[in-house]
Amino acid sequence: MGKYLVSVIIENKAYINDPEGETILKDLIAKGGYSTVKAVRTAKMLNITIEARDRKDAEDTVKKLCNELRIYNPVVSNCKVESVNVAEARN
Amino acid sequence: MKIGIVVFPGSNCDKDVHHVLRNVLHADADFVWHKRDNLQGYDAIVLPGGFAYGDRLRAGVIAAFSPVMKEVKRLAKEGKPILGVCNGFQILVESGLLPGALMKNNSLKFVCKWTKITVESNRTPFTHTLEPKQQIRIPVANQEGRYYADPKTIETLENNNHVVFKYHEDDPNGSVNGIAGISNEQGNVVGMMPHPERASESILSPVGSNDAVLIFESLLDYLDEQR
Repeated sequence: MGKYLVSVIIENKAYINDPEGETILKDLIAKGGYSTVKAVRTAKMLNITIEARDRKDAEDTVKKLCNELRIYNPVVSNCKVESVNVAEARN
Repeated sequence: MKIGIVVFPGSNCDKDVHHVLRNVLHADADFVWHKRDNLQGYDAIVLPGGFAYGDRLRAGVIAAFSPVMKEVKRLAKEGKPILGVCNGFQILVESGLLPGALMKNNSLKFVCKWTKITVESNRTPFTHTLEPKQQIRIPVANQEGRYYADPKTIETLENNNHVVFKYHEDDPNGSVNGIAGISNEQGNVVGMMPHPERASESILSPVGSNDAVLIFESLLDYLDEQR
């Protein structure tokens, strides 16, 4: 068993309005002079520490709980799962 | 007949709903703590507004897994009237009893103001004594009131008369088609973002409106007919 850090990134689907991202772009970044920045989309990230047999087991369990417990709203969001072995990460 | 008002940790409009039902309309209404796993004896349920679980992760999602929601789903299946107001609407959506999603208002602001809604369907227990297109002066108070569903779902809602309320000449949050409230297929479960319990006594309204007491009266009338 190892300890894994699994990042869950919840992002709104591409065709969903993101007024927060638009505001950050227009009212902060563009006004700050960064004309090369063309788009900003916001997302939410959860960092989950989980004990598992291996990386795949860690990711599979987290994916399962994200679906079962509605960690993301499937009507409007997508959910990406990325893991890193915490023990590895510490080295 | 008995109406249950579910209270989640963070609900804050439960007492207002209770006051309207008990003191204004003299109906039998109880508070039901969210941990209850038995709703036997209740003829209708109200999920009130507020900030259940502080809206953590997403408004309504944690409350949707409360023990009481299993029973609410059972009552919904039996055709009992279920009304979700504001946070209650969010909880109904997160628990799968109503389709779509409630998202952050377009303005990104918490919008708190009096507005008008029109009755789009009078085929629910909460609107069956009302006229189509009847206007109701009522307040909204929310930051996540933007109703969204995919085009196919919206088409189904519109074509089958499941849109119950729409904002009238106002757009407080960018909801698709100005949708302020919807019902399930059966018509017994209704979710609405505006607060009828805050527009049921004209003395408490800056615009002198008690228009929304009709929604609760319609419910009581419906329950009476069922006896």
